[in-house]
Amino acid sequence: MAHHRSRFVYLTLMCRSLALRPGEARLVNAAWALGLFALILAGWQLAVRALQIPDIILPSPTDIAEYLVRRDQLFLKHLWPTLIQTIWGFALAVVGGVLLAIVVSLTEFGKRAIMPLLVVAQIVPKIAVAPLFMLWFGIGDLSRVLIAFTVAFFPMVINTASGLSSVNQEVVLLGRAFARSRWEFFLKIQFPHALPYIFDGMKVSITLAIIGVIVAEFVSSQRGLGYLIMFGNGRLDTTMMMTAIVVLSAMGLALYAIISVMARVFVYWRTPNET
Amino acid sequence: MLIERAPVVLELRPEVKLAGVSKSYGVGRNAVQAVESVDLDIDHNEFVSVLGPSGCGKSTMLLMIAGLVKPGSGTISIQGRKIEGPQRTTGIVFQNPVLLPWRTVLDNVLLPIELMGDNVNSYREHAHELLEIAGIADFTDRLPHELSGGMRQRASICRALIQHPTLLLMDEPFSALDAMTRDDMNLELLRIWERDRKTVVFITHSISEAIFLSDRVVVMSKRPARIIEDIVIPLPRPRSIEMQETMQFLQLRTRVRKLIEH
Repeated sequence: MAHHRSRFVYLTLMCRSLALRPGEARLVNAAWALGLFALILAGWQLAVRALQIPDIILPSPTDIAEYLVRRDQLFLKHLWPTLIQTIWGFALAVVGGVLLAIVVSLTEFGKRAIMPLLVVAQIVPKIAVAPLFMLWFGIGDLSRVLIAFTVAFFPMVINTASGLSSVNQEVVLLGRAFARSRWEFFLKIQFPHALPYIFDGMKVSITLAIIGVIVAEFVSSQRGLGYLIMFGNGRLDTTMMMTAIVVLSAMGLALYAIISVMARVFVYWRTPNET
Repeated sequence: MLIERAPVVLELRPEVKLAGVSKSYGVGRNAVQAVESVDLDIDHNEFVSVLGPSGCGKSTMLLMIAGLVKPGSGTISIQGRKIEGPQRTTGIVFQNPVLLPWRTVLDNVLLPIELMGDNVNSYREHAHELLEIAGIADFTDRLPHELSGGMRQRASICRALIQHPTLLLMDEPFSALDAMTRDDMNLELLRIWERDRKTVVFITHSISEAIFLSDRVVVMSKRPARIIEDIVIPLPRPRSIEMQETMQFLQLRTRVRKLIEH
């Protein structure tokens, strides 16, 4: 009975964390940003009209909107593979990154041998290996997912590892005084402590996963938004390219928003000025 | 019954015994002596303050009593047994409340029980009782960041008391609080302690705090920490803030200050 009550408390905390908090005038902030965005769009539209810039150089926002509405099926068809592959690459990066970070922070071998290699590997431009992956794993979906994974993986490991290793010294002492096992300490203290870091990592990773898939589609693909951009480029159809970019941005924004909401729910203890 | 138990109580004296305890950190030329040959006996249910300048090594001493740091030489025994590691019967309060931000106040108090793998439900009532005594029962289901600094430290004292410790170790627990809150907390601590006495080792660098709280004040030197003087505080209990203005209190304070200045 008492236990049920305690779970209910955390459910309430998670729900409450979703709501606007005092001093957090998000709607007002959003209004300012949206206002500026509208202004930029209007300026763009006017400039294109006034200077009579041809479509092939820069289509106007209304051109893009019109194109999107007219050919919505085309974009939907190409959005789908890009979205699915992004999610797969991202999911693998999150699971793999967190698992490797656990190995890195919990074992002496991980700390001494794996971590330095990870730090060095971070410097390698992962995108550069894309053509190599095509060679190794073929030109199918697998290659694209793996490229997205490779690009999105490092911020996950690094963030999670720094979360797992940044537990306050006094909390560590508390754990050493009472935890019956290393695992108990990990489960009750270390992992929850790392959760905000993990979500921060996810926010970086998701955008990188998108970049990974798009670049992979640039290299070799018959579908996807990256392919569509290259296709439009080949036909000098600037409107198609820019519309694809808009759809891609909307996809990125949606994925980022989903992660932000998840972070807000699961990291319910973060105070507003930390987020 | 009472007659049977009496010898057991006698055996408990001293409850905590430090014999020739030293500790240094680092090796070779970089070695720093933190604690040097400390001998100290603390009686059952005695409130002892360890007073010394900041960074003198008194925290190290506390961590050694907690079984969290091994002495370089010498032995520490609790209830006649040499300790080799952390004891379940020891509660610790740190300088910072160090509550876990994702746990409610109640679940923070219950943390040691959970970490030890005991049945949490059987301690729930005791946790509520402690929160009641500490005057933060209204904040049971709140998260730590919703509490003031003083209330957080109260919660961390509740956490230290949850497993019914016989020895309570406190490492400058109120030094991060403002002076007024600190006075309140000192009174509060004494009130909790009078209700359920246990042996307390209280680390502080405040002379008034040490005298006000304790039965005995152990004055330590600058690093490496050595015991300069061991002063019995004859002030009656229960103590009140007004006592801090009595002649006796002021004389004690002057005496301790002179010792430290040396």
